[in-house]
Amino acid sequence: MKIIVAIKQVPDRDAPVRIALSANWIDERDLQWAMNEPDAYALEEALLLKEKAGGEVIVLSAGPERVGSTIREALAKGADRAIHILCDDLSARDALGVARLLAAAIKPENPDLVLTGLQSEDVGLGQTGVIVAELLGLPHSTMILQVEKIEAGFKVKRELEEGWFQSIELPTPAVLTMQSGGNNLRYATLMGIKRAKTKELRTVNAAELGVDIGSVVMLERITAPIKQKSTQILPGSAREAAAALVEKLKTEAHVL
Amino acid sequence: MSVLLILEASNGKIKRASWEALAAALRLGPAEGITAVVIGAQTEELAAEAATKPVGRVVRVEHPLLAHYTADGFCIALQQLIQIEGTTQVVIFAHTYQARDYAPALACRIGQVLIGDVVGIEDGPVFTRQLMQERLNGSYRHSGGGPCFVSVQAGAFRADGIDAQPKAASAPITTFAPTINSAQIRTRPGEPFRGSAQTVDLNSAQRIVSVGRGIKDPANLPMVQELATALGAELAASRPICDNGWLPMERQVGSSGQTVAPKLYLAVGISGAIQHLVGMKGSQCIVAINKDSDAPIFEVADYGIVGDLFEVVPALTEALKAAKQ
Repeated sequence: MKIIVAIKQVPDRDAPVRIALSANWIDERDLQWAMNEPDAYALEEALLLKEKAGGEVIVLSAGPERVGSTIREALAKGADRAIHILCDDLSARDALGVARLLAAAIKPENPDLVLTGLQSEDVGLGQTGVIVAELLGLPHSTMILQVEKIEAGFKVKRELEEGWFQSIELPTPAVLTMQSGGNNLRYATLMGIKRAKTKELRTVNAAELGVDIGSVVMLERITAPIKQKSTQILPGSAREAAAALVEKLKTEAHVL
Repeated sequence: MSVLLILEASNGKIKRASWEALAAALRLGPAEGITAVVIGAQTEELAAEAATKPVGRVVRVEHPLLAHYTADGFCIALQQLIQIEGTTQVVIFAHTYQARDYAPALACRIGQVLIGDVVGIEDGPVFTRQLMQERLNGSYRHSGGGPCFVSVQAGAFRADGIDAQPKAASAPITTFAPTINSAQIRTRPGEPFRGSAQTVDLNSAQRIVSVGRGIKDPANLPMVQELATALGAELAASRPICDNGWLPMERQVGSSGQTVAPKLYLAVGISGAIQHLVGMKGSQCIVAINKDSDAPIFEVADYGIVGDLFEVVPALTEALKAAKQ
């Protein structure tokens, strides 16, 4: 089975994000970057499927040069090879624009399965996988926790709202967007990290893919949210703040 | 402004989130321009419910193959509806799991891009959605011809005002029968089922101490459990903690877990992603302990301590024990 996993490099969740001077994106200087967590779960599922049924796992990522480190991490975890779509203006493209890049790189590979995270932790559009499926003319399902290969294609466990789930069957090939938590994530081993250096990492320039770069939806401006509620921040040392909180909960909020 | 409002049903009733989407649609233009759309195999009662709301008219999109939701069925049916409608300017949805599954594909079929998870609408229209784990807001604008697709976040617009809108009579209802054949529906959905039986009822807890990513390691959980015990509280968690298997799924609060509204909700090391906030923001008193003063949890908190939870939590446990004596 040939599986393509589309991953995105996003700012590390603990990294402080600041608005760029242009006010239409964040300041990318001095940021730490990480693999988008739902994509890490998509990669994990792909590696588990390969371990069960054999085949190949190809990692696909679009973004500037720095994305290479996240791709190497995926290779170190066990992906077989990678495609890097070199693209310096990813944040200026809308969901359709990004999906067009990914779909153009996926199409010639003819995979049996395309996996990606259900959404990114930076812009959180949650649409890329669905649009990729649409552009490739493939069936899809979203918020998937588990994937099982069956005779007719795939049987997946889809998360619904408020603790409900659903099984869905799809024919091959298909596109699935993965929810986090379906499996435990693996760490790259030292051997894996070493081997990743020798694995194929093919770079394609976004311009070579020949896709339409027009945007239908524009992110015009980024602002800091205006605080709706007035939170009483309790100052002082941990002890002082804790004592003040207990007092407030007793005498002001009456919840103790 | 001509708006198609796509309603979603659950157990034979229109979902509250869909009425919130109607409230958002009313920001864009008057009720007369809003066409409410119900989809399914039998939609008579849903249409009747929709007709009592401030909408211009109601369309029943009805076909036996729409009895169960599939992305293929819904995309085919709604694409046909949008084609015959002609001049739609906005197609609006509630940002539910279902809409997230098919609305981006539907928009793509028409050469459009969904502006999803919208929390605000300004003149223009300019749509606000959250970025960077709810730390920043982004203003989005739709350009070019064709309808603008929008989905709105649960709780961002208030549904309780819509019934107060002036309304002459029940909105007229028409039926649209799309052309669908079974071969076009590629996925086979099964019946929804519940996860493992719930043995913890967080709903009835008066106090909840909830723990998030900030706890770093499961070995640190006993420290938080001690705080919960000192408070007489149930222990709960945000999604990543349950994803990692550090606490059972039944203790998860949020959109994919339980929705709670205790007297006291104390969030420890939880940044406050919207998926978590929707599950607890109705709590009477919310306390947040987090090292990041910009964490969105402070948006909903009544009291906050900005600091290292490994210092604050034991200090708070001590202070509670001391207060009891």
